[in-house]
Amino acid sequence: MPTLAHLLHLSPETLWMVAKVLIVFGGPFTLASLLTWVERRGAAMIQDRIGPNRAALFGKWRLLGLPQIAADGIKAFLKEDLVPPHVNKLVFWVAPLLTFLPAVMGFAIIPFGQSFVSGGQTYHLSLLDPGNGMGMLYPLAIGSMAVYGVLTAAWSSNNKWSILGGMRASAQMVSYEIAMSLAVITIFMRAGAYDPHQIIQAQWGLWNVLPQFLGFLVFTTCMFAETNRLPFDFAEGEAEIVAGYLTEYGSMKFALMYLSEYVHMVTASALIVTLYFGGWRVPFVADPGVWLSVLAFLVKLLFFCWLFIWIRWTLPRFRYDQLMKLGWKVMLPLSMANFLFHAFLMFKRG
Amino acid sequence: MPSYAPILLLILVAIALPVVIWNTSRLLRPSWPSAAKASTYECGIVTVSEAREKFTVRYYLVAVMFLVFDVETVFLMPWAIQMKELAVFGLVEIGIFLFLLLFGYGYIWSKGALTWE
Repeated sequence: MPTLAHLLHLSPETLWMVAKVLIVFGGPFTLASLLTWVERRGAAMIQDRIGPNRAALFGKWRLLGLPQIAADGIKAFLKEDLVPPHVNKLVFWVAPLLTFLPAVMGFAIIPFGQSFVSGGQTYHLSLLDPGNGMGMLYPLAIGSMAVYGVLTAAWSSNNKWSILGGMRASAQMVSYEIAMSLAVITIFMRAGAYDPHQIIQAQWGLWNVLPQFLGFLVFTTCMFAETNRLPFDFAEGEAEIVAGYLTEYGSMKFALMYLSEYVHMVTASALIVTLYFGGWRVPFVADPGVWLSVLAFLVKLLFFCWLFIWIRWTLPRFRYDQLMKLGWKVMLPLSMANFLFHAFLMFKRG
Repeated sequence: MPSYAPILLLILVAIALPVVIWNTSRLLRPSWPSAAKASTYECGIVTVSEAREKFTVRYYLVAVMFLVFDVETVFLMPWAIQMKELAVFGLVEIGIFLFLLLFGYGYIWSKGALTWE
């Protein structure tokens, strides 16, 4: 690393930072595009179909339909970019960025591997080093910004479907956020810190999912609601409101919105893994080292990404009143009970 | 002093990539606008009225309730990591706070503010 830094006339810290930015941006981004393929092939598997398998490299290699990702990208890239006259142009263009940014930024705090020492310097495998004071409050704050993306897209489109989708989605995301924060607070109590490195440290020997199973259920449900995935995809709800907030979007803008949903899914899975499944920890291995810890993190991450897809093709969509009832009358009391129970438990133990 | 520079860099990259892609694709993509394409995507019939209309008050009610409960979670967060130091005093304080809040929660439930029809 120092040699390369010297060659590029950069300080090793800067080079390390740039490398981490590329990993944290490129990793979820690549994973998200792969997931669009996994989603369709997985859906086909679950529904006993074949799924996309026509796209082929140079008309020869089909590779299980993997070239479909590239084909979709090229298609969106070459499509006519239509901005209808009835939209608010500035907001219409900014909305995809506002959807994309919160999805990408959430990953910055997640430790995706064990910190290591090289040449007397400690390298932390998370974009933000520990001790920044924000800890897991940061993804919570960024996560709640996602609602602006949906809302600005919906409002600027000036389309009835869009506005219906946007209103539904914003009320939904806001309703589930409280239960989610309460579940995370219970984690903070056990770890005694906001910092994800310390939260993972506190999970040595016992992952949070076992003592806080109720919290895990609430948090995961809320993550489905926050990412607008089925059974909570009221923002799109293609059988009811055409494509919801995406109705007026096309070409590359649509591709970005579509991809943000998957990036959001990756970030949500990373949060679940960090908070409840010990992050990069490997069971029964005290000190897994860099490669094993990154691998463990990836395996857990991919499992939860698959869970998102699996549930989408298993459960039907809720009705809107059911969604609100579940959020306010079931999830909120449950996560409150979980919080109170653990508060008293911690207090009794001293 | 922790550095937030990585976040700034991440934001810049995340904004730059779509902007670059949009502008490159502008060189390649076709543009044949027509009156039909420019109309609102609805149901085929000529669009009636603006889309930005009045909305049911329930959405606003949800926003207000969210504000109340979100402030509650914000108060709980500092206590959660200080609970051992604050001991009994903190527990009693937070207990009173939560009691008031849960009372309010029961009240809005009984008033039917949580029910959608």
